[in-house]
Amino acid sequence: MKILVAVKRVVDYNVKVRVKSDNSGIDTANVKMSMNPFDEIAVEEAVRLKEAGVATEVVAVSCGVAQSQETLRTAMAIGADRGILVETDSELQPLAVAKILKALVDKEQPQLIVLGKQAIDDDSNQTGQMLAALLGLPQATFASKVQIADGKATVTREVDGGLETLALTLPAVVTTDLRLNEPRYVTLPNIMKAKKKPLETIKPDALGVDVAPRLKTIKVEEPPKRSAGVMVADVKALVEKLKNEAKVI
Amino acid sequence: MTSLVIAEHDNQSLKATTLNAVTAALACGGDVHVLVAGHQASAAASAAAQVAGVAKVIHVDAAHLEHQLAENLAEQVLSMVANYSHILAPATAIGKNVLPRVAAKLDVAQVSDITKVISADTFERPIYAGNAVATVQATDATKVITVRTTGFDAAAASGGSGVVETVSAVADSGKASFVGKEVSHSDRPELTAAKIIVSGGRGLGSGEQFHAVMEPLADKLGAALGASRAAVDAGFVPNDYQVGQTGKIVAPQLYVAVGISGAIQHLAGMKDSKVIVAINKDPEAPIFGVADYGLVADLFTAVPELIAELG
Repeated sequence: MKILVAVKRVVDYNVKVRVKSDNSGIDTANVKMSMNPFDEIAVEEAVRLKEAGVATEVVAVSCGVAQSQETLRTAMAIGADRGILVETDSELQPLAVAKILKALVDKEQPQLIVLGKQAIDDDSNQTGQMLAALLGLPQATFASKVQIADGKATVTREVDGGLETLALTLPAVVTTDLRLNEPRYVTLPNIMKAKKKPLETIKPDALGVDVAPRLKTIKVEEPPKRSAGVMVADVKALVEKLKNEAKVI
Repeated sequence: MTSLVIAEHDNQSLKATTLNAVTAALACGGDVHVLVAGHQASAAASAAAQVAGVAKVIHVDAAHLEHQLAENLAEQVLSMVANYSHILAPATAIGKNVLPRVAAKLDVAQVSDITKVISADTFERPIYAGNAVATVQATDATKVITVRTTGFDAAAASGGSGVVETVSAVADSGKASFVGKEVSHSDRPELTAAKIIVSGGRGLGSGEQFHAVMEPLADKLGAALGASRAAVDAGFVPNDYQVGQTGKIVAPQLYVAVGISGAIQHLAGMKDSKVIVAINKDPEAPIFGVADYGLVADLFTAVPELIAELG
């Protein structure tokens, strides 16, 4: 069984982002970039399925600028067998990425497609579901446990009231939540090995996909600042403030 | 111009998050219809018809809609989409799961997690865990939108006089099936609907201590119980307690953060609360930067004192 994993290069989760002074977006110049944390979990899950003998090949895919090659090398250092970069400098929105991934799934014919549930930059939480719909495949989003057996994926999902378990026919699309696994640390020998793994680069045009954005960003602003309040000396003072000043209890 | 709101329900009652989505739909202009797709959910459909501002409720009943699986629910929405300019759902586990399928099949972009309607095609939404706010214009004919419920007041649950129309269900996709659900039972208010939330972090030390310290405080205040990601990851409480960027987004009247340091991801989920109280023994904890009232203290003595002081 082949698994396709999608990974996105995003501003590292530890970076405190700054809005550009012309309000056109976020300042990403000289900012540390990393693999989207949910995608790292997706790669880890795919690699574990290979190590368990369930999968035979793990293909990592990324869409975006040339530097996304680094993100694919990280995926290969975790254990993906090869990488495909769909390279473009254009802004890519979730629908466009889903169309690119659909074209690659048509070509590669994986039985399982694993993605992070959302990217921590635009926080859209759309691509996996869109891909499943375009492919006419079943989906299990926000996965906290994945089991593959007898041509089926049994997936436990984190939902609002607790946990829900679904059974999907394969091929299927799974998106990962935080508690699915804890990604391994990549070791230096594996980073070196990853450099020798095949990495193919193609353009969206070659896949026949129109990536033009459908959402127009009018402006990006700082959120309203919440000013720090006061420190209280003890519990008595706290209760007094809540009762008489804030009047919330 | 007419909007369709996909109702959140448990086949019995209408969830409060639907009311926030109705308010967002009304702000888009035009009539508002509500889709209640489920199994034996006529009580929820009747409740939806009572919501102020709802002109029509479309009720679909089928066994394979009971669990509102994305594949079937999306097809149901797509079967009626031609009549609508806007399709909205609350940004809950169900809404987030279903709506992108609808958008993709319509070949339109989705606008996720809106917090404000500027005009019928322009919306505000938080990005980067709420560290920036984007104003975006949707250029496609149909607007597909998930609604961050804390951004909109709830529509009145009564006073409306919508008609209920019954529509037949689309066929079962057969590709996904429901196996089971582990529901966390609680007599406390739901996190996303609570007026007061008390939330615990890694500082509680263990699951036993989390429950021993936090539950009496929640009981005393009639509050919902939440947690930071660190507390959930450490196994103190189940996943659905998590408040934050990837957990629940809340904005109660009062949020009491106990033993929570205040990682960006957590702040993203609660910083719109009206009043924030932080109790932490580390005076440098980032949570104090957003708290209205901060108390530097050992939570194991401060929380019992607080309960006593509340009488």
